[in-house]
Amino acid sequence: MIKSLDPRVTRAQIEENNTITPLKDLDQWETYEVFHQKKRGDQHMHVGIVHAPNAEMAFLFGKEQYGRRGFSVNIWVVKTRDVFASEYDDSDIFDTVPEKQYREAGGYKVMEKINKYKKGV
Amino acid sequence: MNQTSSEAIKELLYKMADDLLIIGHRNSEWTGLGPILEEDISFSSMAQDKIGQAQALYQLLNDLGEQEPDTVAFTRNANQFHNAQLVELPNGEYDFSLVRHFLYDHADQLRFEALANSSYEPLAKVARKVKGELKYHVFHANTWMVKLGSANEESHNRMQAAFNEAWNYALGMFEKSSFEDQLIAEGVFEGEETLQEKWLANITPYLIKAGIEIPASTSWNPVFGGRIGNHTANLSPLVEEMSEVFRFDPTAEW
Repeated sequence: MIKSLDPRVTRAQIEENNTITPLKDLDQWETYEVFHQKKRGDQHMHVGIVHAPNAEMAFLFGKEQYGRRGFSVNIWVVKTRDVFASEYDDSDIFDTVPEKQYREAGGYKVMEKINKYKKGV
Repeated sequence: MNQTSSEAIKELLYKMADDLLIIGHRNSEWTGLGPILEEDISFSSMAQDKIGQAQALYQLLNDLGEQEPDTVAFTRNANQFHNAQLVELPNGEYDFSLVRHFLYDHADQLRFEALANSSYEPLAKVARKVKGELKYHVFHANTWMVKLGSANEESHNRMQAAFNEAWNYALGMFEKSSFEDQLIAEGVFEGEETLQEKWLANITPYLIKAGIEIPASTSWNPVFGGRIGNHTANLSPLVEEMSEVFRFDPTAEW
């Protein structure tokens, strides 16, 4: 038996020549993506992943892994395999050219107009 | 608050705090050894909650003139603890730890729920504060109980065997105090008998879902004694291990 300074290890009565057999792929629980919401009305944000046999357990684990510091009001869990994801090879689809800045919100000088309007009132 | 009333409340606080400290310590023995990482973290986190709740109650005792929480927690001998014997039993396999978690936490939640309306306001305040933690603990226990009770033959048999082993100890949680009538009359606490009835009503639906059978009531044989300091041989080594650092250096900073 392994004798350790950690009494819990000694208590577990583990054989010295204990050979660990890793689980086969199918013996592992699948993963769930965890999203939490900091306050009501906010968008849910992705915070991490948990292994779980079903959604209820995923919630159980997600709450403690990511919500135990007390910054959540709500949690979503979604099966990882239900998430449709783009390929990294296709990441160039997100490229854009500088001339298209007018399509971004920052391209508008809204505050100027607002201030002008406020002064007018 | 008159003198007798204060003794009655202290006795109530001691048994609750000791239950929480001892089960918190037992459950923390799983830290790093839990069945999977996520469960290890969840179970450890709940163990910490329990020790925090124990501390809050030791603080109330301190306010009533008892010694500091750390002194009370770490310098008493096993026979000065008032916890039910259920919580001091060794962890065994994970099935037993989960069954104990289920049986204890249901009772704990109901006890605090009743105390949220206690005429002893400081305790009522603590009870209202821990409501959310307890809700999660019970939800955690229910989920595992139903899942493993009904998953497959091995898991079912393990849970049923662990349940049978824990049952009479669980009934021992409701050992009556000598102040029972007074606590009820003064509106401090509803009493162990009422608590046990509610507990039974609360756990039954989950046990039905889990396919776990409660032993026939004719065979019930509650293990009392914990509340008056009679314990199994398991408590002493636990207390020794738990208080090792404090006894070595009472001024150690954590």
